[in-house]
Amino acid sequence: MSAYEPKIVGIFCNWCAYTAADLAGISRMKYAPNVRIIRVMCSGRFDPQMVFWAFKHGADGVLIAGCHPGDCHYQEGNYKALRRYKLLQKLLDQLGIERERVRLEWISASEGEKVKQVIDEMTETLRRLGPLKIQEAPGEEAAAAPAAGGGHHG
Amino acid sequence: MAEKPKVAFYWCGSCGGCEEAVVDLAEDLLTVAEAVDIVLWPVAMDFKKQDVEALPDGAITASFINGTVRLSEHEEWVKLLRRKSQLVFAFGSCAHLGGIPGLANLSNREEIFRWYYKEGPTVHNPDGHEPTPEFRQNGYAFELPEFWNTARALDQVIEVDYYIPGCPPPAHIVKDAVMALLQGQLPPKGSVLAGSRALCHECPLNETKPEKLLLKDLKRPHEVIPKPDECLLAQGLLCLGPVTRGGCGALCINAHMPCTGCFGPLDHIRDFGAKGLGALASIVDFQDEDDIERALEKIPDPVGTFFKYSLPASLVQRRNMGGKTS
Amino acid sequence: MKGNGEVPRIGVYVCDCGTNIAGKVRVAEVVEFARDLPGVVVAREYKYMCSDPGQDLIKRDIQEYNLNRIVVASCSPLLHEHTFRKATAEGGLNPYLVHHVNIREDVSWVHEDSDEATRKAKAIVHGAVLRVAWQKPLEPQSVPVRDSALVVGGGIAGISAALTLAEAGKQVYLVEREPTIGGHMAKFDKTFPTLDCAACILTPKMTAVKDHPNITLITYAEVEEVDGYVGNFKVKVRKKPRYVHEDRCVGCLECIEACVFKEPRFPNEFDLGLSKRKPVYIPFPQAVPPVVTIDPDTCLYLRFGKCKKTCVEACGDRNAIDFDMKPETLELEVGTIILATGFKTFDPTRTPKYGYGRFPEVYTSLEIERLVNSSGPTGGEVVMRNGQKPKRVGIIHCVGSRDKNTNPWCSKVCCMYSLKLAHLIHERSGAEVYNFYIDMRTPGKGYEEFYNRLAKEGVHLIRGRVAEVTDAPLHPEEEGKLIIRVEDTNIGVVRRIPVDMVVLAVGLEPQPDADEVRRLFNISCSTEGWFLERHPKLAPVETFTDGVFVAGACQGPKDIPETVAQAQAAAANALALMDKGSVEMEPNVARVNEELCSGCHICIGLCPYGAISFNEEKKVAEVNEVLCKGCGTCTAACPSGALSQNLFSDHEVFSEIMGVLL
Repeated sequence: MSAYEPKIVGIFCNWCAYTAADLAGISRMKYAPNVRIIRVMCSGRFDPQMVFWAFKHGADGVLIAGCHPGDCHYQEGNYKALRRYKLLQKLLDQLGIERERVRLEWISASEGEKVKQVIDEMTETLRRLGPLKIQEAPGEEAAAAPAAGGGHHG
Repeated sequence: MAEKPKVAFYWCGSCGGCEEAVVDLAEDLLTVAEAVDIVLWPVAMDFKKQDVEALPDGAITASFINGTVRLSEHEEWVKLLRRKSQLVFAFGSCAHLGGIPGLANLSNREEIFRWYYKEGPTVHNPDGHEPTPEFRQNGYAFELPEFWNTARALDQVIEVDYYIPGCPPPAHIVKDAVMALLQGQLPPKGSVLAGSRALCHECPLNETKPEKLLLKDLKRPHEVIPKPDECLLAQGLLCLGPVTRGGCGALCINAHMPCTGCFGPLDHIRDFGAKGLGALASIVDFQDEDDIERALEKIPDPVGTFFKYSLPASLVQRRNMGGKTS
Repeated sequence: MKGNGEVPRIGVYVCDCGTNIAGKVRVAEVVEFARDLPGVVVAREYKYMCSDPGQDLIKRDIQEYNLNRIVVASCSPLLHEHTFRKATAEGGLNPYLVHHVNIREDVSWVHEDSDEATRKAKAIVHGAVLRVAWQKPLEPQSVPVRDSALVVGGGIAGISAALTLAEAGKQVYLVEREPTIGGHMAKFDKTFPTLDCAACILTPKMTAVKDHPNITLITYAEVEEVDGYVGNFKVKVRKKPRYVHEDRCVGCLECIEACVFKEPRFPNEFDLGLSKRKPVYIPFPQAVPPVVTIDPDTCLYLRFGKCKKTCVEACGDRNAIDFDMKPETLELEVGTIILATGFKTFDPTRTPKYGYGRFPEVYTSLEIERLVNSSGPTGGEVVMRNGQKPKRVGIIHCVGSRDKNTNPWCSKVCCMYSLKLAHLIHERSGAEVYNFYIDMRTPGKGYEEFYNRLAKEGVHLIRGRVAEVTDAPLHPEEEGKLIIRVEDTNIGVVRRIPVDMVVLAVGLEPQPDADEVRRLFNISCSTEGWFLERHPKLAPVETFTDGVFVAGACQGPKDIPETVAQAQAAAANALALMDKGSVEMEPNVARVNEELCSGCHICIGLCPYGAISFNEEKKVAEVNEVLCKGCGTCTAACPSGALSQNLFSDHEVFSEIMGVLL
């Protein structure tokens, strides 16, 4: 699996996490290139649809990062993200999608180091978990199925 | 007299409820039967596959197909009907979104077979036979359809022109669709033939909602007898009315049951379940992580709650088969 | 390709940023890649996109290629998004039709492998191209800015900022939590490097604050609540009762004289406990406002309800004393806010090896400031707690600075003030003074000269971090002394220096409640707890919250000249806003598509600003765009897809997600 590199979508809030990523850059910290950061104004913009949308389009993980509790630039957007995230985690269990694939982190504007640490850690975890396989094209399984019928699994 | 439009009804993996829905047209069914020439309706009439194959391509005006696509036989049939039909209508939640049988996507074929042919408490199968696509007995070759690993919505197998939602579609929705077809008044291709707003818009209880709809205390349907004159969601019952396309006339709500989402999502929603989950989790009015978790204990089965009818059509479609833990 | 109905004609501009980006990302390859993306009409590489010629490229191409969407891939949008919006507007397009993505801070600066960095840059550009097609022309909303300002903190920073604003004709509210303004500076005797008398330069400013018709001075008060937004903040200030009416007290101090406590018995906070005060007191003679305060914790009447109230008697007809005074909440409406809440000094009990609190003759530098102050507890005489004058004094630098066990940062002012104190102690007591330093840091106008002067005055300068201060003598001459153990790294010898008095040059730290204060004003802090400026170089007094500025040591250690400069800069920034009279709000507000809204009420309770309400007539939700701050929480929750946040619509965000997953 050495060739496998996970793709991770980062949903970063403008005020804390995105600023922290800027700080990591300004400080020339080196971290894994696997996360593609998308800037939103607030982690409260996080919609669980984004996770599934990302998965469908080839992501192996999604990292949502916002301000620490109590620090939200919009007072409480991060709590809304937290509520969605908590329920999503339960759903992921049922879908056999490892919880580690969706991570919610509180990263303040000054925590450039945490951006690096979280991204490196998550990349490592996903490398270990391997690729996600949810979408199955019609017929794909038939080709893979043993001739005698019965079952197969991924 | 001009030739009547040819119409086909077909069922894939379905419970038969959608067939009932056609019969639910009651007297109107006679008008419909009068106006069209039914060329296929397995539940009611005896046509063979060869009869359909014999038709020229595009000869059928409209095929109404219900059920989830689960077997290779379903695939063959719907591809055949697609070829022969000008229009294909996905009929009911299963064809539209994958439906309740689509929840089988939480398992795979192997697990399903193991349970149904070996481990289920009522199974008597000492030799451990499982369905196989081909087998021979007494010199005869038998063929069985292939059972797929993944259940699918109709448009994941063939192109679909219109969707008639519902589990099953209420009679007035079916009637409106058929009338639109017969009168040539169908909306743009790809449309779902029901309301254009969420159920709350037509729900008689919507006006009882508080301005700010925030929930501290979620309740499961068996825990309470809901007050009949107050919004069920406001009472703490998980009603999917805000997420679900309207048009049914709030049938379940009128029976004091929360909406479970059989009409599926509105046009701009990418994933019904994820959106519903996100919307309803948002109004769980706690900030502390533990409090949130405690409140969410009242949703023990998020897939069954938010993806009851739509797992195959969702962005994830099925349980993860990859990774290293599955 | 989908978009807003309009066929997208996209120009993509990838910046080299000198070698900052091009040194890692193969920019030409990214440009080649971008050129083939759907809707892209022109893609270019340029050395510095933010430069005038770079911006001109965009403007020219808009005309020449009839572009209707722009993507710029360069540095962080937090730095230059506005630059490219401006260029786009000047090219004749709506400024919100540009999308600026980051391939510097997020890519070239943080990844080592060129292939990986190039691949990621392509993915990011891909996301931007898909997204920008969905962007819509927007008009920013303009909101008026009130012509008044709140300045929090009455030290030299707050005083300077308030005076600058007041001079420009703005109404200023200066809020100070102590009974007097003046801050740390009021405690100093002299200031480095000129040895000006601190009081001589500060007290006229304090008086000017008191007398200025445009300044409302609110002392003994704290900001309790901040609401609103740039241009229109609503602030609640809680004024503690001082049990004396400021408008009636004339500062005659007769009440203090008359207090039933004949002698001062309670530690005077202003003198850091080195002197005593009565329950009714004035922190120092030049306090502003020049009125007394009654301390409820020590006043007999306020504690026990029983006292002869000789103070009231002494006050007589002036009737200034009022034991029934209650806390009072003032509501202010201001357009801008300047935070100048200052610092606290390091608590040296956190480094027990230096004996503070254990040996009475170990002092902090701030205590020494009071001891050498001619209006201090000893009238400027350097007299120790034991009543004697020291013959030898050791000043230990970097206590609570440059120390991984306490605070890692350099507090910037300690070298200079230690030299100043060395001078003053020597001048006042004739004592021999030893300074123990790690590095002598004296950058600043006239600072190195001051250091040279001190070196010539005969101050002993020993280079080495002091290991400990002990009272255990090894030699007869160490008997009864405090011995400073240090490795003199200039000569490589461990030395023991017996002294009578030790001064700890304590570093600067954020105020203990800096975290609450920043939450109150919705700004960020650095890891250390200093208020975070919007940009360390280009926006040093702005914060991430529009209309809130920072000045002085609350933003990081600073000396007086720097603090004053920053305070005036903050005032100038606030003035620019107020004089313009209005501010353009980012148009990233949410809107309701009434055709789709089912009136389900989900969004209404989620808006932290009460910007969404239910329109009973239309049975749909409605956004008040003036109140909406653009967080997008409602858009994320809306189960109908009826709510859409400008610039962050589902189409925009989901396209970008899809795009970056190249």
